[in-house]
Formats: sequence, C-alpha cells, structure tokens
Amino acid sequence: MSTVALRSGRAPSSAAWRVVRPLIVVLLAVVAIGIPLWLTLTTSAKPQAEAVRPNLSAPHHWQPAGNYRDAMSQGEMLRGFANSLLVVVPSVLLVLILGAAAAWVFARRSSWLVTAAYAVCISGLLLPPSVITVVMELRQLGLAGTRPGMIAVYTGMYLSTSVFFITGFIRAIPLELEEAARMDGAGPLRIFVRIVLPLLRPVLATATIMVMLYAWSDIFYAFFVLGSGERATLPLNLFKVASAQLYLNNWHLVFAYVVIMSLPMVAVFLVAQRRIVAGITGGAVK
Amino acid sequence: MAHATVSTDPGGPAARPARPGRARAARPGRLPRAAVHHPWWFALPAIAVFTAFFLVPNLLNFYYPFTDWSAYHSRISFTGLGNFRSILDDGSLLRSLRTTVLYAVLAALFQNAFGLVLALLLEEDTRFNRFFRAAFFLPVLISALATGYVFQALLNQDGAVNHLLGTDIPWLGSTTWTLLVVTVIHGWKWMGLSMLIYLAGLKGIPGDMLEAARIDGAGPWQTFRSVRWPMLAPAVTFNVTTALVGSMNTFDIVQATTGGGPAASTEVFNIYLFRIFGEGLYAQASAMSLVLFLVVVAAAIPLVVGLRRRELSL
Repeated sequence: MSTVALRSGRAPSSAAWRVVRPLIVVLLAVVAIGIPLWLTLTTSAKPQAEAVRPNLSAPHHWQPAGNYRDAMSQGEMLRGFANSLLVVVPSVLLVLILGAAAAWVFARRSSWLVTAAYAVCISGLLLPPSVITVVMELRQLGLAGTRPGMIAVYTGMYLSTSVFFITGFIRAIPLELEEAARMDGAGPLRIFVRIVLPLLRPVLATATIMVMLYAWSDIFYAFFVLGSGERATLPLNLFKVASAQLYLNNWHLVFAYVVIMSLPMVAVFLVAQRRIVAGITGGAVK
Repeated sequence: MAHATVSTDPGGPAARPARPGRARAARPGRLPRAAVHHPWWFALPAIAVFTAFFLVPNLLNFYYPFTDWSAYHSRISFTGLGNFRSILDDGSLLRSLRTTVLYAVLAALFQNAFGLVLALLLEEDTRFNRFFRAAFFLPVLISALATGYVFQALLNQDGAVNHLLGTDIPWLGSTTWTLLVVTVIHGWKWMGLSMLIYLAGLKGIPGDMLEAARIDGAGPWQTFRSVRWPMLAPAVTFNVTTALVGSMNTFDIVQATTGGGPAASTEVFNIYLFRIFGEGLYAQASAMSLVLFLVVVAAAIPLVVGLRRRELSL
C-alpha cells in the first residue's frame, strides 16, 4: 500500500522527466554532434570559393565527387591508405597474438615472478612511450623510417592494453575446459590454439578495435618514426594537406580527406558495434 | 651497445620461474605442474618486444638527456645537466609543465563530466538511447587530428561559430582562454568512451539497491549522491586515471587547432618535443621527454592508490 502511494507521489516529476529527457538528448546531439558533422559533410562538398570561410550554410553548388577525387589525388590517398594498412594490420595482429599468449601465462600461473612480469607488461597503460629515444634506438638497429620499425613501436606501445584486457578475461574462464583437453593428451600449444583462443573472441574483438582506433589515427609517433616521405600514413598525409591549407585555403579538400579517412573506422564500428560496446565496458570495470 | 645487453635480458628471468612453479606443485587446489601446462615461453615474445621497444627507450631516456646528442655533430658525449639548465633558463620547462598539467586536469574533468551526464541521460536500454549512444560515440572514431581541423573550421575567427552567432570572438586566439577551449574539444572527442564505461558501471548497480533507496523515499538527486555515485567508484577510477594520463600525452588536437599558440600558451610537452626535435636538438627533446615521464609517474601512482582506497572505503 505504502509503495503504491510513494510511486504515485513520484509520478508527476518522473512523467515530466520522461518528456524532458529525450528533448535534452536530441538537443545535445544536434549541438554537439550534428553541427560538427554537418560542417564536415557540407564543406567537403562545396567548391573552394564557398569553403574558404567555413560556415554552416548548405552548399550553393554541390561538387562532392570532384572534391573527393582531388583529395584522393592531391593527398596521395591510395598510397597513404596502403601505407596505413601495412603498418596497422601487422601491429594489430602482433599485439593480439603476443598479448594473448602472454596473458594466458599471466592469468593461469601464480608466483611473485609472474605477478612482477605482468605488472611490468601492463606498465605501458600508464607510462608514456619515450618517442625521442625510440627513434635513436631504431636508427641503431637500422629500422628508422621503415615499416618494421613502426610496427615494432606500435606493438610495444599497445601490448599493455591487450595484455591487460585479455588477462582479465582469461581469469574468468573456468580451468576445467583446459583440463578436459589435457586429459585427452593435448599439449600446451594445442590447448592454447584449439581451446583458449576461440574462447577469447569477444575480448580479441575489443582489443582489435582499441588498437586500430589508436594506430589508425596516430600521427605523433608516425611522424617521428616514418616521417613524411613515401611511407607516410593517412594522418601524415592529412597533416600535409592541412598544412598547405595556410597558403591554398583548401578547407573543402581537408574535409573531403577527413571523411574518407574516417570511413573505415566508422564502418568497423557499425559492423561490430555490439561486441565493441560489450568488450570496452566489460574489461574496464573489474 | 645498450640494446645487445637488454634484448637478451628476457631470457634471464624466463629460465628461472620454472622452479617456483614446480615447488608449488604439492600445494593442493593450485595448478599442479604449472610450468608444463602454461609454459613461460608463451609470454616470452610479448616480454621481449615490450622490453626492446618500450622499456629500453624509456631507460635510454634516463641517459640521453645528459648528453649533447643533436643533429649538429656526429659524436655523442656526456654533458651533465646542461640540457635541463637550458630548458629551465629559457622558461620552456616550467611553461610546458604548467600547460600540460592544466590541460590534463581540465581535459579529464570535461571528458568525465560529459561522459557521466550522457551515461545518466542514456541509461535505460531502449532503441532511442542505443541510437544516441552510437551518435555520441562517433567522435571517438574520428582521428584526433581530424577532430582538431573540424574545430579549427568551427572556431576560427572567421569560422562557422562566429558566423552563426554573429560574434567576433577569437576562440583560438586568446592566451588565457584558448587552453580551456582546447580541453573542451579534448573532452568532446573522448566523452563517448567515458560514457560507455559509466554506462557499464550504472548497469552493475543491483536493482534492489535502487529499489530500497526509492522505498526509503529518496529522490533522484539523493539516490544519485548516496547510491549511484559511490557504486560508480571503479568506473571513476578507470576513467579519471586513463583520461589524466592520456591527456598528458596529448598532441594531435592541440597541433591541429592552435599548433601550440597563441604565444605558446597551449604548448604542451609533446608540442614542444615535436618542435625542438624538428630543430635537431635531440638531447634537449629527450630531457623534456624525461620530465614528461616523471610527471606522469608522479601523477599516476598517487592517483591510482588514492582512488583505489576511496573505492574500498565506500
């Protein structure tokens, strides 16, 4: 009886909230997401003269195809795309494979040495990479300005993330699954590949997204390691196009470039949305 | 050479741990023969790569700042504290330090405030909310450099926002307020990630706890203050730590919006590194990088410990 009274007593405020909340959400989305998105999409379709002073009015003359073609040729888009793929994909694979194998040991064994090794391996979550001396080291190894050098740096930087997420995940998998396979005489490598790895799919998906997100958009480390030569990745090319902006006033090309460069990440997100959301939220709050 | 000695290093600890594993085999309930079932060599490649390309550079960073390494001579020799003295004397050290710390605190504040508000607004699992969660996650997917250019186009003095409002405000041209504007952009870029983590935290609050609070007559604000907020402690720990540390390492957004200006008022550590490295003053850049490292360590350790303690005491 009393709960009913309380509920009805609270009803007016929550009824008002039920109307106001969606309004706030829509308003926030329009201001915070709609305006920047509209600016990006329309400017990328405007002729140069209209785009010189970026504004929110719709293009008088639509020419997205021409702009995107120009951005692709002037920004050396295809080469940048290939260059990005050639460093990001191997880095992601290495981060996942090396990270999963190490996480398996860290999650299943317990001694002070394992704990210490785990602590060291996840220290990269907090510590900043030392970008100046990594360049020095790569020069001495003959890897400066090369893709293997870039891959090594990305792998070193993002291993901590994958080790951290995957170790937490493996700890929640019952050991019995492995033991059953062991009874059948399977060795560690077989158990890892056949039993453990397939179970890791959700967390590997998350780690893939996180590492891709960082590596795909990285410019800072790529600038130091790869430079802006013929191995330049997409963000480095964007930087070049936008730096020329001072002289050429080519906002329309900058935004065409931004749209094309962002599409792969948006596509990946749309395809794997549910898994990404579950993975990010599951690993963090433990 | 330094690398030769260090890259063989992982082999050392790797050979040893087999023993503790075996010694422990007799203990009931624990993994018997851990060394056989989960051999150390699985962890070796990760440890080797991490050591060679993350730890070793960070260790080298404790040596090169004390040398005269630069683009201008081929030999590197020890010079002591000269580099630190010169970045201290020309004021760049304290300025970058102040700017970076202020940037990190403000960016973490905005990122978490935006993320938490969005999570509370979009808490219920409806189709409407799922759509808008994805919408607010969009900035996370866009590269930080691109984000910076979008906001430059919006906030330039002859940009879209002044055009829209009919004002003439130098959003990116104030030596006092531009840092604040850039940190709001940083918060905007990463709010979607914080939102997801706060959503997970909210979901983890037991329903009967909220029910009990309601039966006790607690209003929405009181429920938030005495039930939801304390229960969100782990999410707050994670979000605040990663936001603070991540934004100390910021580069792209600042470079794309202000390039460190006006008058170096937004020149954070990494912008300085980028500039001074371009000038060929490697040892000086390395000195600044060491300061960044020490600042992050000094900030991260008490932060993690303190927030964890708060989590436990609640």
